[in-house]
Order: sequence, then structure tokens, then C-alpha cells
Amino acid sequence: MKELVRLAVDRALEGGASYADARALTRESESIEVKNGAVEGAAADTDTGIGVRVIVKGAWGFAATADLDRQSIERAVQLALRIARAGATASAGEVELAPKEPARVSWASQFDVDPFEVPLDEKVGVLLEADRLAHSLPEVKVSSASMRFRREHKFYADSEGSDIEQQRLESGGQLAVTAAGADELQERTYPSALDGFHAARGYEVIEEINLPGAAEQTAREAVDLLTAKPCPAGEMPVVIDGSQMALQVHESCGHPTELDRVFGSETSYAGTSFLTPDKVGYFRYGSERVNLVADATVPGALGTFGFDDEGVPAQKTDLVREGVFQGYLSSRETAPRIGRPSGGAMRAESWNHIPLVRMTNVNLEPGDWSFEEMIEGIEHGLYLATTRSWSIDDQRLNFQFATQAAWEIEDGSLGALVRNATYQGVTPDFWAACDAVGNPKTWRMWGIINCAKGEPVQTMHVGHGAAPTRFSRVRVGVLQGR
Amino acid sequence: MLSRERALDILEAGLRHSRADQTEIVVLAHEVQLTRFANSAIHQNLAEANARVRVRVALGKRLGHAATNRTEPSEVARAVDRAIALAKRVEPNKDFVSLPSPAAPPEVQAFFPATAASDPEGRAAVVARLARMAGAAHCEASGSLSVSVDEVAVGNSLGIRAYQPSTQAFFTIIATDTDAAGFAQAIGRDIAQLDFDAAAEVALQKCVDSRRPGDLAPGDYEVVLEPAAVGELILFLAYLGLGAMSVQEDRSFLCGRFGERVMSPRVSIWDDALDPRGLATAFDYEGVPKQRVDIIERGVAHAVVYDSYTAHKENKVSTGHAFPAPNTWGPMPTNLFMATAGSNVPEMIDNTGRGVLVTRFHYTNPIHEKRTDVTGMTRDGTFLIEEGKVTRPLRNLRFTQNIVEALSDVHLVGSDAVLVGEGEGECAVPALKLGKFRFSG
Repeated sequence: MKELVRLAVDRALEGGASYADARALTRESESIEVKNGAVEGAAADTDTGIGVRVIVKGAWGFAATADLDRQSIERAVQLALRIARAGATASAGEVELAPKEPARVSWASQFDVDPFEVPLDEKVGVLLEADRLAHSLPEVKVSSASMRFRREHKFYADSEGSDIEQQRLESGGQLAVTAAGADELQERTYPSALDGFHAARGYEVIEEINLPGAAEQTAREAVDLLTAKPCPAGEMPVVIDGSQMALQVHESCGHPTELDRVFGSETSYAGTSFLTPDKVGYFRYGSERVNLVADATVPGALGTFGFDDEGVPAQKTDLVREGVFQGYLSSRETAPRIGRPSGGAMRAESWNHIPLVRMTNVNLEPGDWSFEEMIEGIEHGLYLATTRSWSIDDQRLNFQFATQAAWEIEDGSLGALVRNATYQGVTPDFWAACDAVGNPKTWRMWGIINCAKGEPVQTMHVGHGAAPTRFSRVRVGVLQGR
Repeated sequence: MLSRERALDILEAGLRHSRADQTEIVVLAHEVQLTRFANSAIHQNLAEANARVRVRVALGKRLGHAATNRTEPSEVARAVDRAIALAKRVEPNKDFVSLPSPAAPPEVQAFFPATAASDPEGRAAVVARLARMAGAAHCEASGSLSVSVDEVAVGNSLGIRAYQPSTQAFFTIIATDTDAAGFAQAIGRDIAQLDFDAAAEVALQKCVDSRRPGDLAPGDYEVVLEPAAVGELILFLAYLGLGAMSVQEDRSFLCGRFGERVMSPRVSIWDDALDPRGLATAFDYEGVPKQRVDIIERGVAHAVVYDSYTAHKENKVSTGHAFPAPNTWGPMPTNLFMATAGSNVPEMIDNTGRGVLVTRFHYTNPIHEKRTDVTGMTRDGTFLIEEGKVTRPLRNLRFTQNIVEALSDVHLVGSDAVLVGEGEGECAVPALKLGKFRFSG
């Protein structure tokens, strides 16, 4: 593979490219899903190929092939060159790339237990046990438990002298319980929503989340939600749990700080961003308690890597510091437009996709509050837990989320369970109301595996560090008591 | 392209090798070329190609799945072995009965050479022309023009052998100015039938008309929904409750309501993959011929769509709506149509006292799946209607609305079914005038 990516780069230069890079990737995946006591999906997958990206006459071209013979690779190179030449006739000017140091290194994520070496019987046994325990109540209509593992081996080369080899391993799992009543349906998932909890680690992730250990409680909550009181409507203080905060950060900070989006690259699909470059260093994004970073170096996190897909080293970048907007997730093409070096956030879903500016690990840094201290400070409010639904406008300002569960907070204590909870806001107003962030004991890395962006759409795996967080005044209950 | 011969050879290689009780091989080859533009210039320009082989085996009721993008016979055989190895180690699935038996799929014209022949030079010329049109209107143009060639081949050990090549052209344009935007799209199997300039003119006019938008207080309003907005609601309805598994698992709003009126009698919804006005397809990912399914007939809940797994659970036959296995979400309709009537958007506006004209929705998601409560934003052209006239543009509005309730209060239905979608599901729907729609702020 190492020779093939170098071959692609050399052929592109011979063909007239002023710049070229190539990525070869082999990815192996395994997924197992148990549903209502039956193994419905046990699947193994292998995907491999090579993609080459070129600049000709200042314009980009990209082509990819799954056939790893020299002839097919040379054909892909020629197609990429042709696409770039055509694009140059309708481009905005010549692409300029921020400088970087060439790297010739290998990098690998760390893990304790290789999930591909764990016997399938053992993995299926864990899932069947979790599913059985989750299905113990008569109101449970559907229970499921799943695991996913991914192993990647990537080679990268570019015309500036980089040769990089990277290996990553990912593991994750989830339990989901749906309970049905006469006219109500409620779902609880564990440890999080959105296809579960994932990290760039080994099978130890599955052991830590202990799906069977959480099954009965998860089922109990799903059933209790059927008859829980509806979410109240109005404005009140809320505490939002870490898993939902991960998505809150994702939608209202991660996406609007993607610099390609700021410059309009995603106008035709996901939209633009309210965080325009004139706001850097001045704009009050949130309260002084809000510190947000993009950090691709967090050990074991889902958005961690050694080098991005332009060969730029992983790094930590301030996005918001003490509430003030500081910077962006960026690439070699976008960063120079604001006079900065690349933030190393160019990532492609696979070998056959172009890299885009993507989130790495976008983290809300921990504060110094215990969960109990946050709750104690509220006379009448809500504790909101686990993502159910999400929606945000095309500039990332007006958002509305629903959570699977909520609990009343009365006189400083958690009270009754609440169903069909929603909250909404406008991004800077919402973050301005942040008055407490959980301490390091309550903070953890979450992983999201379904972040969609680009055309053709690419699904990226990203990480978010978050803790339970308190907001002094938030509008809740859009369903008005239903 | 792989070609029919090569795709069928891959199927045979896998089926010959397998010693499972039942075996299914699915070949999915996909080539796409996409030219994407922003700020009236091309910024992303690419070609992607891949071919995947998916294997499903049954050892009695034990199921195993494997996939690979290596199409050599030895690698396909290896995938079969991996699927068998997995099947040997899992518990039986008591609801699995059998893979489907062969039935001759209908002839469908889904491959158009003009689409397959689209080249980067031609697409660049389209973008250059649109950029000039946008400049003349003092707007910027963003969007994408993609062409794809897909091949689906399905074979199983019961005798199914099906192959279909297809093409698709997908064009989206968003015209923007400082505080304004307009949207249009064109989708079809045959690129020669798409009118890029006409779409661009629509988007540009909407952008010009939506300059200097104002606010609107939250509340319930009459709405005129253009086809793209209607399509988003219909596609969510399909996702949430028009497949058999959603009924079997009590997730669907149709549970216990078949034979009842659930929507306005002006609403009829059906799925028909053989209708060339949509993205016609002959068979599903199990090789079962596509059947027309009348889902809502004049507001009355009639039926949902099935794959072989959900059909066996009810002693029914598959309607040809399987997704690639393993699929724990179940079958879904993917070629939806909605009945038209005699109205049009100008007449709908004329019949609106105080309401909102919506071009499209953005980032819609369900809040309560079974009740079909969804939320989202309007985007790329939202206008206030007063006393039968569009009086001013509006800033984007958040809505929170029950889809079934919205479709229960249909006043007028457009005369043209327009193919709309975002590349992950399309439907052909008319514009609608609804009596009440909740903009929640």
C-alpha cells in the first residue's frame, strides 16, 4: 500500500498536478445486534481502496478506485487530473495551501483488548444477557443490544514529502428499550443515544459500559416514562446530562466552527455559520464558564488520530475561551484565509471520499461543580437526560432538542420523572445562561458515529468531552403538556 | 461499470461456494461523479466508485452476514465463509422462515446513457453558466450537480437471479444574497430531461423576492407548502410508520387504525417503484419484484410495505421493499407518490387569509415518533401571505407539528407531482394548502 500511494502521487505530478496526495485504506468492521432475544445481525465487513486528490491549474480533482493494481490507480489519477482541469474553467481562483512540515511516521491508537480476538460466542452472550434483562417487564415491546468494532490501516503520501501510516481501532455498544402503553411509546437507551457509546479503544470499552448491568434500570425507566407526567412548558433553570451536552456541543459549537462551512462550502447542503471571521477574539459566545476546544490528541477518544487526511499533525485548538469565540476547525486551504496555520481537521469518511473540515474531539472543558451542587442550587427546574431528537437552523443558531427522560428538580432535589421533554434556544443566548459546568469527576469523552456532512454525504466518527451542565434560564416544553 | 455478466458471475461464485442451507448474494456497484459549487464557483469536484458484495446465509434459523468490496471469486468465497462462521455461533432467529423464492421482475427502464456519459467538462460548463445567471441577479449560486451509475444484482440459492443497472442525475441550486436565499432542484434518471436553467431561474427569483426579511410571531398559521416541503413530511412519515416492522413493533401511527380515516380525504399516498415519474426500480434488495402498495386511500389507512421477513410473520407476501441485510429497522417505501388535484401555488396563495408560504424545510427530526410530532426550520424562501397575496419575506421559522394532524386539514392540492428529496429518499408530491401549521419560534 505504501508503494501504491506514492505511485499515485508521482503519476499525478507527471500528469501536470502542482500538488497531489493519496490515501489507501483498509477497514475491517464487525457488528452484532441482538433484538428481542434473537441475533438479528451478525456481520463482518471489509473495505479497501485508494483515493487520489490533485490540484491542476489551481483547481481540485479527486478520484478513487477499489482496484489496487497499477493500471487502475493510473486510471484514477488520470480521471482526477481531468476533473481538476475541467473544474479550473469555473473555479474562483487558485487554491493556496497553508505550509506544513513533511512527516514520515507511523501512528497507532492504543488499546488493551483487541475486540476481533474476543470470541464471538462471548460477545453474543453479553448481548443476549443484556437483551434478556432488558425484556423482563411486560410493557417492553422491543429490546436490543449491539456492539460495533472497526479496525483501520491507512497509508498517506503527498507531493510535499509526507509518508504516514496510521492504525486505529474503535469499539462501542448500546442497549435500547422501547416500551408501549395504550397510547404512548417511549424509548430509553444506554449509555447514550445515536447508535451508542464509542471510543478509539479496544474491547475494554464494552466491559466498562457493562450493558447487562444497566439493562433492568434502562427498561424500568422506559416503562415508567409511559405514565410519567408530561414536560411542563415555560422558562426555567435546567441541568443537562453529559451525553446530551455532547450533542449540544456538537450542533451548536462543532458545526459552526468548521471553517469551510463559514466560507460557504456547505451552503448547498447543511448550511453556513453565524460564527464569521470578524467575530474571532471578540464575540461573546457564552458565559465565562464556557471553554470549548477542538482536541484531536485526547487518548482513546473517537476523534483522535495522529495526522489528519492532509498530513497535518493532530492538535488542540481553542474554539471558545471564557466565553469568547477564539477560532475554528480548519484545513490547509481554509486556514490561510484567516491568516492561521491549518488546525489539522481535514478528515474523509473513507478512501473513496474527499477530506472535509470535520470535528475531531470538540470538548466542553470541565468546571468545578459536583452534580449535587448543581441540583442544590435550583428551586424549580428540570434535569434533562439522553438525546431523543435534534434540530438546528442552517446558521446553527435556532435549535430545539428533545431528551428521552427528564426529572423535576424541586427545592434542590431530583423529583418525579417527566416524559416528552424538549428544550430550545438560540446558541449565544443559551450558552450565556451557562452558570455551572460539572467537575472532572463528572466529565467524560463521548463518541458519535453518525455526523453527516458533504455531498455525497460522508458520515464521520467524532468525540465530545462533556459533563452535566447547568443553565439558568431555558425554554422547555414545546409540546405544551402533551 | 461491472456489467451484467460480471455482476452475475460474482453472484454465482458466492452461491457455488456456499454450503449453507440458504445463501443470498447481493452486489451493489456505485459510481458517482459530483461537481459542487459555492459562491458561484466550483470548489469540490470528484469521482467515487466502489462495488460491494453482501452475503447472507442461513443455517436453519441461524443467520450470518458478511460484506466485502473485493469482487474476485476467492474474496467472495471468503466472505461466504465468514458469514457461515458467524451463523454457526449465533442463536437461532425464530422469526426467520426463508429467503424469498424467484419471481420474474418487471422490465424497467432505469438506465439512461446520457446520464452515464455526463463528463466533468459538461458539468463545469453548466456551473459557469449558472454563475453568470446568478451574477446578473446580484446573487451567489451554490449547489451540486451529480450523476451516478448503480448496478444491483441479487441471487439466492432458491433461484433468484436479478440484475438492474440504473442512472441518476441530481441537481440542487441555492441562490443567496446577504439576507436572502432561494432553492430549486431537479432529479431524474435521465439527465437530458433536467432543465438546469429553469431551476436556477426559480432559485434566483426566490432569492430576489426574499431580500430584507422580517419576523413573524410564533403561532398557528395557514400554510402553502411547495413540493419540497411536502416531500420532507411524507418522507418522514415513511420512515416513522409506513413499513411493516414499525407496525409489528407498535412504533407506527397506523397501529390499530387500518380501515379508519387517519387523514384528509384529499390525501392518497402510495408506493410504486414501477412508475417512471419516480426513480423507477424493478426489484428490492432481496430480488423480489416491486409491487404497488396503496398506503393511504382518500385519507383511510390501507396498508404498509413488507420485506420477506416481516411478511412471513403475518403469513403475507413481500411487497418488494427489503433493504440490504442485516436490517433491523425493517422495510420502508422508497418510491412514494401523493395524489394530485387541480390547484396550484398561486391559487393556494389566493385562498389564504393570513399564512406562510414555505419553499422547503431544513433539519427536520421527530420529537415523538409514534405520534409523528416533528420539528424543523423553514429555509431558502419563506414568505408571509396576507389577504390572498404574498406581502413580505420572512426570516426562517421553527415549526413543531404533528404530520398526521397537518395532513388531516388539507384545503387544496396541487396539480403537479414533483420529484423531490435529498438523495437519501425521493417522493413525487404536489404543493399543498393546509389549514393549520404550528410555527413554534
